[in-house]
Amino acid sequence: MALVINHNKPLSTSPLKTSAPLGAAMAFMGMEGSLPLFHGSQGCTAFALVMMVRHFREAIPLQTTAMNEVSTILGGSDQVEQALVNIVKRAKPKIIGLVSTALTETRGEDMKGDLKLIMAGNAALADTKVVFCSAPDFDGSLETGWGKAVGAMIDALVEPPKGAAPLKRVNVLAGCHLTPGDIEALKEIIEDFGLEPVILPDLSGSLDGHVPDAYVPTTLGGTTLEEVRGMGRAMLTIAVGEHMRISAEKLHARTGVPYLVLDRLTGLEAVDRLMVALSTAAAIPVPAKYRRQRSQLVDAMLDGHFYFAGRHLAIAGEPSFLWTYAKLAAELGAEIVAAVSALPSPHLSDLPCERAVIGDFEDLEDQILEAGGADLIIANSNGRLIAGRLGLAHHRAGFPVFDRLGAAHQTTLGYRGTRDLIFTLGNILMERPSHGHDACTHTEHSHGDPAIAVG
Amino acid sequence: MLKHKIAELMNEPGCATNQAKSDKDRKKGCGKQLTPGAAAGGCAFDGAKIALQPITDVVHLVHGPIACEGNSWDGRNSWSTGSTLYRLGFTTDMQNLDIVNGGEKKLYKAIKRAIARHNPPAVFVYQTCVGALIGDDVDAVCKAATERLGVPVVPVNAPGFVGSKNLGNRLGGEALFEHVIGTHEPDDVGPTDINILGEYNVAGELDQFRPLLARLGIRLRCSITGDARYLDVASSHTAKANMVLCSQALITLARKMKETWGIPYFEGSFYGISDTSDALRNIARMLVEQGADATLSQRTEALIAEQEALAWARLAAYKPRLAGRKVLLYTGGVKSWSVIQALQEVGMEVVGSSVRKATEADKKKALERLGGDEDKLADAITPKDMYAMFKDGKADMMLSGGRSQFIALKARTPWLDINQERHHGYACYDGMVELVRQIDLMINNPVWDQVRKPAPWEEA
Repeated sequence: MALVINHNKPLSTSPLKTSAPLGAAMAFMGMEGSLPLFHGSQGCTAFALVMMVRHFREAIPLQTTAMNEVSTILGGSDQVEQALVNIVKRAKPKIIGLVSTALTETRGEDMKGDLKLIMAGNAALADTKVVFCSAPDFDGSLETGWGKAVGAMIDALVEPPKGAAPLKRVNVLAGCHLTPGDIEALKEIIEDFGLEPVILPDLSGSLDGHVPDAYVPTTLGGTTLEEVRGMGRAMLTIAVGEHMRISAEKLHARTGVPYLVLDRLTGLEAVDRLMVALSTAAAIPVPAKYRRQRSQLVDAMLDGHFYFAGRHLAIAGEPSFLWTYAKLAAELGAEIVAAVSALPSPHLSDLPCERAVIGDFEDLEDQILEAGGADLIIANSNGRLIAGRLGLAHHRAGFPVFDRLGAAHQTTLGYRGTRDLIFTLGNILMERPSHGHDACTHTEHSHGDPAIAVG
Repeated sequence: MLKHKIAELMNEPGCATNQAKSDKDRKKGCGKQLTPGAAAGGCAFDGAKIALQPITDVVHLVHGPIACEGNSWDGRNSWSTGSTLYRLGFTTDMQNLDIVNGGEKKLYKAIKRAIARHNPPAVFVYQTCVGALIGDDVDAVCKAATERLGVPVVPVNAPGFVGSKNLGNRLGGEALFEHVIGTHEPDDVGPTDINILGEYNVAGELDQFRPLLARLGIRLRCSITGDARYLDVASSHTAKANMVLCSQALITLARKMKETWGIPYFEGSFYGISDTSDALRNIARMLVEQGADATLSQRTEALIAEQEALAWARLAAYKPRLAGRKVLLYTGGVKSWSVIQALQEVGMEVVGSSVRKATEADKKKALERLGGDEDKLADAITPKDMYAMFKDGKADMMLSGGRSQFIALKARTPWLDINQERHHGYACYDGMVELVRQIDLMINNPVWDQVRKPAPWEEA
C-alpha cells in the first residue's frame, strides 16, 4: 500500500508529463491509413510530431489546422474545414483523428456540431472517416489522451453486433505503455490459442519500423476500420492497463462483449492470468510453447532474484508504466524507494512501496536524495539528467526514449518479455553492486568492488 | 502592444528582402499565410525558445499548458561550457482551474519557487497561446516579480498563434533588447570585443570559431545566445562590432543595437570556407574602423591564407571517394548556398538546393554557385517527389533536417543531418572538413550494399 502524494506545485520542473493530444495522436496512429490532425496552432503539432519522430525513428503523419490569432478569436471552424479538405486531397487517408488542443478548448468551440456541418457540406470528405476527440492539454497526460482517443473511436466506429453469434475473436484494448514489440508478442500469443486478435490501437502494424516499397503519406499498417467495426462480434475483450478500463466498459455497453481488465502483462502471475483467460476463451489447454516459456521465466526469476533483492529502485512514468515496472521489481525483492507518476490514478495506492508522488523529475530527484540514493532509475530518456547528476544507472523505457535505439521493439510482455526484462535489469544491477554504504546485499560484493557475481 | 511590435518586425529596414518589396507587399508583412492541413514547422513560441534557450544560466519558465514545454524541453541541441540550468524544463503546467481563474498568481508563485531553488541571475518567462487568450498579463507579473524578488524577470511575449518560428526568433531578440542588453556595465571592455548574433552553439560549433578569433586576439563578448551567460548578454552593448548569422532571425536586434549603442554590424556566415574567410575579414575591418590595432587586418589575412590552404588540402583527400556523387540539399537560409562550394570542390554535384526559407540574397548566391541553373533551385519539394528522386537515382544523398530524414532512409538513401539536432559541428574551416568527412562516412558506408539488395527469394 502506498500513500499517494500530490503537492500541486505551481511550478513543474523537468516535466514527466507529455500532453494529452500527443497521446490521442499516438492512438490514432495505430489505425491503418490514418492521419491525425490537431486543431490548434502549428506549434502544438510540431512539438508532438518531433517527439514521436525522435522516439519511434519513423516519419509521423500529423497535421495542424494552423490556428492564428484571428481564427482563434473568430472561431476555427473554417480552419478545420480547410484542413480536412486539404488532407483528403493530398493524402487520401481512410481515417482522420481530429484532436482538439488547449487553445481551441479554452475558446470553447463546439467541434462536434461544427464537424457535422462540415461533413454534410463537403462531398469530398464522404470516403474519409473523421473521428473527433476532445483532449485539451490542460487536462491529464499521455495516458489521458490515448484513452480518450480509443473511447472516441469505439463510439464512432464500432457497430452493435445485431444478434450474430460471436466469432473466435478477441478484442484487445492496448494501453499506451505497450510498445509495438509488446503488441506483436501479444498478437502471437492470442493467435497461438487459435483466436483472432483485433488490437485497438495497433502500433505494431504502423510504427514498428518497416521499410515500405513506396511513399505513403498516412500510416501504413495498423487496425483497419473494418476490424474496429466488427469488434462487437468478439467473444472477449481484454483491456491492458488500468487506463483502458473506461474504454472496455464503453465497448461492453455498446456491444455486450464481456471484458477483462488486466493491469499488466509483465510478471509471472500477470501473464498466467492472460493464459488462463485465453485458454478459457479458446477452450483449449495452454500450448506447450508457453508452458516451456513459463518454465524459462521461472528459471530466470530463480537466477535473477539475487541481484534485485534489497536493491533500491527509482521509477517514474505514466501510471500504467510505473505500475508494471514497480510490480515486477517488487516481485523480485527490490525496494521501490522513489515512485513518481505523471498523473493521479486510483490504483496507485496499491503500489508496492511506501509512497507514490504525482509530479515531475524534480520530485524523482528529491525522493532519491531523501532515500539516500538508488541503484537504478527506470524512466524515459529525460531521466538522464538526474542519473548523470547523481551518478546513477538509468534504464530507458516508457515515452519518449530518444537516446537509445529500438525503443519501439523493447518487449516486456509475456513470459518471454518478462524473462528478457529481468535479464536486462538484473545485468545493470549486477554491474553496479552498490550505490552507497548501505546497499550491498549480495555477499560477494560486500567490499563494494565492481566484481561480477559467479554462478 | 504586441501587435505593434509584430508590425514593426515585419517591416524591417535592415532586411534586404523587405526593402526589395513594393509598398503594398510590405504592408502584408513577411509572414506566409499557413495552409491548414498542409503546414509544417514550429510556432512563434518555439522560435522564441530557440533564440533564447541557449542562455545557459537562467531559468526558462513557460507559462502555459503542458504541451508547450512538456513535449519539447531539452530537445534542442545547444551545448554549454558552463551551467546546465537551461536544460531543465520549467512550466506552470496550466490546469482547468488556472484557465477559469486566471494564471497570474500561479505564475508569480512559480517564479518565486524557481528563484528560491535555483538562484539564477534571471528568469525568462514565456507567454503561450492559452495564457494570452485568457488575458494573463505576463509583463505585469514579471515587473512585480522583478521588484519584489530582486532578480530580473524577463517577459518573452511570443504566444504560438501570432506566427511562425522565425517571427518568434525575432520576438525573442526584442525581449533581449528591451529587458536585458545594456543592463550591466562590465569593467573589462576591450578594443576587439565582438558579439555574434543568431548563433546557438548547436553541437558545440562555437568551439570551431572561438579558437580562430583567439588567434587574432579578438574576444567574443557574447554569442547571442549560444553558450551565453546572462551577464554577458546584459553587457553585450559594449562590443565594438556585431556579426549577424542567420540574418532573418536577429537583423532587427542588430539594427537596434547600432542605433542605440553605435555598434556596426554585418551579415555573414561561418558555413563554407570562403564565407568563413569573408566573415573574419569583415570582423577585422570593422574592428580596425572602430579603433583596433591596424595590423589586425594583415594578421587576419595571414590566418585566412594558412587555414584555407590547410582546409582545401584536407578536402582534396576526399575527392576520389566523393567525385561525381549527386547530393540534394534540403535546408534553408544560408545553408542553401554556403556549403555548395565545399561540396563542389570535392567533386560532388549539387542536384538541387531548397531555398524555401532563404532570402532573395541567399537565392542569388545559391544560383550563382549552381552555375545559374534555375531548375536546381527548389522551393518546397513534396515528400512524394523527393522519394521519387531517390528511387530514380536522381540524387545519391540528402543533407537536410530531421523531419525529412525518413523519406531518404526509407528510399534506402544516405542522409546527413545538417540542422539543429545534428551531432557534429560544421562551422568554419574545420567544420567544413568535418561535414565532408561525415558525407564520406555516410555515402560510402558498406551498409547500403546490403540493405538495397532484395531478399534472396525475391531475386528474379
